[in-house]
Amino acid sequence: MNSLYRPKPVTVRKIVIENEAKDIKTFELVFLSKEDRERFKFTCGQFAMLSVLGAGESPIGIASSPLDDEYLQFTVKRYPTGVLTTALHSLEEGSRIGVRGPYGNFYPLETETMEGKNILMVGGGFAFTTLRSTIRYLLHEKNRSRFKDITVLYGARSPGELIYKSELKEWEERGGITMYITVDKGDENWEGRVGLVPNVLKEVAPSSENTVTLICGPPIMLKYTMLPLLDLGFSPEKIFTSLERRMSCGIGKCGRCNIGSKYVCKDGPVFTYREIGELPEEAL
Amino acid sequence: MKEKIIKKEQLGRWLEKLGKEYEIWAPVKKNGLVFFHPIKSAKEIYFNFLNSKKTPKDLFFPQSEVLFSFPKEEVEKEAETILPKSRIIFAIRPCDAKSLALLDQVFDSEDYRDPYYVERREGTLLVGMACTHPQTSCFCTSMRGGPFEKNCLDLLMVELGDDKYLVEAVTQTGKDLIGKDDPFEDAQGKDRERLAKVKKETEEKVKSKVVMEGLEEKLDKIFDSPFWDRIHQRCLGCAICTYLCSTCHCFALLDEKVNSGVQRVRSWDSCMFPGFTLEASGHNPRISNRERMRQRVMHKFNYFVKNFGETACVGCGRCIQNCPVNIDIREIIEEIKNE
Repeated sequence: MNSLYRPKPVTVRKIVIENEAKDIKTFELVFLSKEDRERFKFTCGQFAMLSVLGAGESPIGIASSPLDDEYLQFTVKRYPTGVLTTALHSLEEGSRIGVRGPYGNFYPLETETMEGKNILMVGGGFAFTTLRSTIRYLLHEKNRSRFKDITVLYGARSPGELIYKSELKEWEERGGITMYITVDKGDENWEGRVGLVPNVLKEVAPSSENTVTLICGPPIMLKYTMLPLLDLGFSPEKIFTSLERRMSCGIGKCGRCNIGSKYVCKDGPVFTYREIGELPEEAL
Repeated sequence: MKEKIIKKEQLGRWLEKLGKEYEIWAPVKKNGLVFFHPIKSAKEIYFNFLNSKKTPKDLFFPQSEVLFSFPKEEVEKEAETILPKSRIIFAIRPCDAKSLALLDQVFDSEDYRDPYYVERREGTLLVGMACTHPQTSCFCTSMRGGPFEKNCLDLLMVELGDDKYLVEAVTQTGKDLIGKDDPFEDAQGKDRERLAKVKKETEEKVKSKVVMEGLEEKLDKIFDSPFWDRIHQRCLGCAICTYLCSTCHCFALLDEKVNSGVQRVRSWDSCMFPGFTLEASGHNPRISNRERMRQRVMHKFNYFVKNFGETACVGCGRCIQNCPVNIDIREIIEEIKNE
């Protein structure tokens, strides 16, 4: 029987420790079968269920670009009480795990909503992962000309907590993208910007004209960044964010990730700020 | 097909014949509990039942089942054995049969068909037994159902007095269960008259009425109401209401270590448990009983209606009968309307 719930086997080819606290790692996965690899077609913003034998499954946003077709990457923060995240973090390169997906909706990169527009991406902490997927995708030579200005504002608590450091540097140095990187609190070596994401947003005040925003971060950051975004003239239907909930199935059946009548796994994880406003529960 | 009549004493012969081709599940009574179980002979059937304690939904969506095990080789082996033989569920109550129509919407949806559920559903015929002794906790007639409801059934049987059943085919498959040589006779005018009388009398016995009109809209308005602070106070969070519900379908996928390796198990789960929505970070979007009780009520009477056009309740009354602190969903609905 073709079980919907059976994960496809992958090898963990590479593990990168992303932060100073060493509790955020990026896992680079390669499908064992070519057929599985070819079947796994996704769009930026989607997620997959990662399985570690004996530990179970969890939904994790895809951090690599759809054009990185040799591998998949997932950036995962370990929580001491998180069974799966702890199991993932104790893996070594060469281990075998499972992937099921891709699931959920995605950023509307291939529609008029985003194509031909300026793209502003605002990220905070390790929730930056699906934005990183999007940046890689947009900057690809196949895609860059389909979009206008690309601006990224990314913040972390401290310099040591910034993830994807070598890529951040690369993006800062290349053309075709404007980077604002900030930390809540600097250290003796930090020469960059210091300030909370909402404040930096006010300061750099990107134009809302013809611009679509993608924003991902901890709930508190989302909450306090929405206000300046609206003040800058962004309309709620042009602001896209990604929600998270505990999930078991990822396909709208197990019944736990709903907010009102919407399932985050199936109707989301990407919602516009307008849609979130229409949900009965305070989603952020 | 015209309605048929079968004498009670002949039932065993018919079931014995059906048993050659099908695995027959029927209500049995053991240790004071009535539940559905495979039978070899009609003698095992407990006819005098009001309804089973647990709902027969677990014949399609078991309380706990191994979906597959690792390593993969064993997966292929198990795949064959989901439903080795077609089944008949004999004497399922109309309310429980109707609940399958609701579960179908979830598990047999256009986007993702759950193969475990769908295979069991497709391999099972439902022979309903009209309910002639509704209980005080029953409110099926308020939930677009009734003691003689035919939704999802293949055959509907009605007890006509002490000695016989009237049998009505609802589907072609149901009709085919009655062969030429089986001990059936055509129903006569007086049987039909009696049927109409029994039906009317029984429906009148479902005294409990819940007015559903306007409930969905009302729930839209009271999401943040202090009503929920009050309503959950008594609830212990034991989740029996969801475990015995014929329409609840929430589940968890869990890994279990066994000698041969690891198996992934699907188990019923409940929105009434704190861990249901608890995230690895410690964040829990449904932090107290208040949110969880609200979720249960909203899911049944608002979200499910929005997604599938129907209420996720068939009025079987099990949650009312079994709640250890006597929470009555009918009273909650009433209170919501008065809010």
